[in-house]
Amino acid sequence: MGEVIVITSGKGGVGKTTTSANIGTGLAAMGYKVVLVDTDIGLRNLDVVLGLENRIVYDIVDVTHGHCRLKQALIKDKRFEGLHLLPAAQTKDKTAVSPDQMRELCTELKKDFDYVIIDCPAGIEQGFKNAIAGADRALVVTTPEVSAVRDADRIIGLLEAAELRSPKLIVNRLRPRMVKSGDMMSIDDIIEILAIDLLGVIPEDEMIVITTNKGEPAVLDNKSRAGQAYRNMARRITGEDVPLMDLYADLGLVNRLKKFIGFK
Amino acid sequence: MLDFLLRVFGKDASSSKNVAKDRLRLVLVHDRADVSPQLLEDLKEDLIKVITNYMDIDERALEVNFDNSDNTVALVANIPVIKMKRNAKREEKIG
Ligand SMILES: Nc1ncnc2c1ncn2[C@@H]1O[C@H](COP(=O)(O)OP(=O)(O)OP(=O)(O)O)[C@@H](O)[C@H]1O
Ligand SMILES: [Mg+2]
Repeated sequence: MGEVIVITSGKGGVGKTTTSANIGTGLAAMGYKVVLVDTDIGLRNLDVVLGLENRIVYDIVDVTHGHCRLKQALIKDKRFEGLHLLPAAQTKDKTAVSPDQMRELCTELKKDFDYVIIDCPAGIEQGFKNAIAGADRALVVTTPEVSAVRDADRIIGLLEAAELRSPKLIVNRLRPRMVKSGDMMSIDDIIEILAIDLLGVIPEDEMIVITTNKGEPAVLDNKSRAGQAYRNMARRITGEDVPLMDLYADLGLVNRLKKFIGFK
Repeated sequence: MLDFLLRVFGKDASSSKNVAKDRLRLVLVHDRADVSPQLLEDLKEDLIKVITNYMDIDERALEVNFDNSDNTVALVANIPVIKMKRNAKREEKIG
């Protein structure tokens, strides 16, 4: 029996889809059977981030409305045997699926896959409620900004109210240089405020843009820092204890000097 | 000069990340209270329980609210006292 993990954020554009694609691909690269479910109905994106947009025939609404069998709607990735995508519908709206239908869908998928990764739409409305309905655990993505952290706090409250206890935090787009100069909240600052456990930290990385352009998740790029962060995160999800990578290692001399003198 | 040094070493209290943290703390006090309107009600009930060990109060006129000014949040309670109990502490211990 597999596990259903929903990737949420509250605020839009902080990296839910990027994170879903990379964690899912990372787990598949480790040999697990993974299905990625795009629940952002009307704003389908996960397909292009994965480079699978040309192969879509059926979508999640076709499945829940019985227009096709679940197996028919699943798109198989060519790179990894175990990786599959259930695309969102592009022409319907978020009420086209109900929480009960999502629960049923997740129960079905769990039978065949080790990990069911759900990419949640932004917001706290129906789309969010649908996305979390069948989940066993939740991850919350934020960036080190006031508005994103505030929305993450709201989402954590709503997840706990929905019995999804102890969600884990992913901090995306961290800029070590700005943290060092005191112009960006650090991981410790964010953890202190939100009071939840950290799953991982992804640095701001141009490779995210480049790999997304090509439809090949950064997790497959051995030179990308963000890719490394996602590989670590995938391993943590499977229960491995992987230390956080040192994002400050290659900052300039002045910063290393500061560290040496004892200024944090 | 000191200002400059503090800034270089990222210890300035007014560095933008500290401003961000302070603003977040404030806004989350309100957000979290909003998420559960029940919270203030529960708090009121508990307050009444404790305070009536010591004095009679006008329970219906009791007011509890958050007040924020100057970067701090205070819990402000207005509790009209009707009369004090005699030997309040002892009564409570026996009761
Ligand atoms: N670590 C990063 N470094 C650089 N760019 C990033 C990083 N993470 C995400 N981005 C970029 O930010 C944009 C938004 O990311 P993404 O689509 O994953 O967010 P989202 O939370 O799914 O958005 P929505 O709420 O609209 O669904 C994308 O253009 C993506 O390439
Ligand atoms: Mg998205």
